[in-house]
Amino acid sequence: MDARTAEPLLEISGLKTYFKTDDGTVRAVDGVDLAIGRGEVLGVVGESGCGKSVTAHTVLKLIQMPPGKINDGRILWQGRDLVPLDLEEMRKIRSKEIAIIFQEPMTSLNPVYTVGEQIAEVVREHEHASRREALDRAVEMLRLVQIPTPERRVHDYPHQFSGGMRQRVMIAMALSCNPKLLIADEPTTALDVTIQAQILDLLGEMKERFGMAIMLITHDMGVVAETAQRVVVMYAGRVVEEASVEELFDRPLHPYTQGLIRSIPRVDRAADQRARLEAISGTVPSLLDPPPGCRFAARCKFATAACTQAAPDLREVEPGHKVACILY
Amino acid sequence: MSQYLLRRLLIAVPSLLGISIILFTILALAPGDPFGELATNPAVPPEVRAALREKFGLNDPVYVRYLRWLMAMSQGDWGFSFVSRVDVDVLILQRLPTTLIVIGASQVLALLIALPVGTYAATRPYSLFDQVANTLAFVGFSLPTFFTGIVFILIFSVTLDWLPFVYRSEIDATGFAFVWGHIKQAIMPVAVLGLFQGASWTRFVRSAVLDVVRLDYVTTARAKGLAERVVIMKHIVRNALIPVVTLVALQMPIVFGGAIVTEQIFRIPGIGSLLISSILANDTPVIMAVTFVFACLVILFNLIADILYGWLDPRISYR
Ligand SMILES: Nc1ncnc2c1ncn2[C@@H]1O[C@H](COP(=O)(O)OP(=O)(O)O)[C@@H](O)[C@H]1O
Ligand code: SF4
Ligand SMILES: [Mg+2]
Repeated sequence: MDARTAEPLLEISGLKTYFKTDDGTVRAVDGVDLAIGRGEVLGVVGESGCGKSVTAHTVLKLIQMPPGKINDGRILWQGRDLVPLDLEEMRKIRSKEIAIIFQEPMTSLNPVYTVGEQIAEVVREHEHASRREALDRAVEMLRLVQIPTPERRVHDYPHQFSGGMRQRVMIAMALSCNPKLLIADEPTTALDVTIQAQILDLLGEMKERFGMAIMLITHDMGVVAETAQRVVVMYAGRVVEEASVEELFDRPLHPYTQGLIRSIPRVDRAADQRARLEAISGTVPSLLDPPPGCRFAARCKFATAACTQAAPDLREVEPGHKVACILY
Repeated sequence: MSQYLLRRLLIAVPSLLGISIILFTILALAPGDPFGELATNPAVPPEVRAALREKFGLNDPVYVRYLRWLMAMSQGDWGFSFVSRVDVDVLILQRLPTTLIVIGASQVLALLIALPVGTYAATRPYSLFDQVANTLAFVGFSLPTFFTGIVFILIFSVTLDWLPFVYRSEIDATGFAFVWGHIKQAIMPVAVLGLFQGASWTRFVRSAVLDVVRLDYVTTARAKGLAERVVIMKHIVRNALIPVVTLVALQMPIVFGGAIVTEQIFRIPGIGSLLISSILANDTPVIMAVTFVFACLVILFNLIADILYGWLDPRISYR
């Protein structure tokens, strides 16, 4: 379906999340716009420290406030703004409508409760199910994420599972109340390569079955290429480019996107060549009181004096393809 | 589980043996013995003194006396107090309940303060509440119990005359007045000990909770849509208790030390004051027995902590 014509499921506009620290204000998310349609898989890419996790946490208001604060913007969930909602109202949305899984499966589960209890807890919270019903649902969910002998494993503690298996448990937990959107914040980053592929496959299968939309956050362009329909590229707290996957890989416009694509390891090249990837030189700048202008300027080979004057807006240069760079 | 318990109990036996050997040797080498007083008493002829020493085996080598003590002890014979002229076990059983009640009540008070205050402060770090709680905890932890005890007596007994400052084991009353009399005289010692421990445990609880609040699974718990109360009680406090249990168990010797001092100040007829008076009277069998009881209590609390620890943390298995 086309996310731009129908009303999107989630529409973030002008979102700013800042952290007050002793050294100054960290503008972790500084004017982010993005939208996700029903059942769509949106990839959100960018190097580490670009504000991807803060964006994801802000949607569910999981940011620690203070020091964090949503300074501006709207988060429209099916047309309703989440920013002004209080904790009680947010609780009804968490897991029930929007669920999230995290990067570190080893630490995302509470070590002192069985995985069954941790899944059942969500079901009891949102569906007022009895203990028995909730535990049955936990077994069923564990079966769906392909954990062998789920009726036995449901009574096991997290330390009895491997990293990949724990991420499956997290997915089971996240989907147990059939949410309309799953935010997956680097779900495979902490896992071995073979396990990564299995988890991505599982996410695909779960999407087939439950039909939820997925916001797949990653720093790995390869993961995006395999799973997403549309991609948002983030850099230093802002969206710098947005396009469909095909369009983005065929015609990357933003110099940062071009750099990211060039740095994808390619299996068809020899190992010694792969080691010499064309990585983008330099690092993500500090988001502590950043200077005006394009934040990529320090690393951009096309940068001109104009680039440091004012930040370029995200503009639609072709149908469905937006970019924030003065070159376009 | 029962096998684990059995193993822990078996480990406790050599520890207690070791402690008793050290205690016994130190006491044997220390100057003065129960007949020291007789030595300066001109009415007792030297032959009688020597005969008495021989009769009670005080001239034997230390290890012989230790083995004799151990044999008697293992058969339930705790010895005889030369000073009070009663069996040591009778003496201890008279005193122990009072000590246990005062210590127990004060530890309950300490937990009732430390758990809520430490948790509330840690969930709002650097807030006004946190800062006030921290300061009070620091003050409470820095003031020794003998000092606060005397201040309490000056305020509540001497100035206000609300509470008695001498503890009596017999209270001439019945029914409600009897219970109230006991409670009234226990208030100050329990408060002094409880506030002191409460202050130090508040700091433990706060830092343990602070360590847990930033962990990923707490974010997971919030992301589930659970109420904040459930997130705190079920996912934060429950996990923070694991290190707290260990710290509390390690503090038990300090607790008993504090109890001895407090018993002296409020003249509580517990085993702490029994220890002090027996030391002053050179009543070696009583000193030995009371210190040994303290050692047993410390080991018992460590055992309880081990069990609690395994119960709180499923990663520790009872194998
Ligand atoms: N609690 C916080 N306090 C201060 N700065 C923070 C906090 N959380 C995140 N940040 C900052 O926000 C920026 C974006 O972080 P994050 O969203 O985690 O990046 P990403 O997920 O893209 O790797 C980083 O510079 C990080 O240091
Ligand atoms: S705006 Fe200027 S500095 Fe920024 S990406 Fe475009 S050309 Fe480079
Ligand atoms: Mg991140």
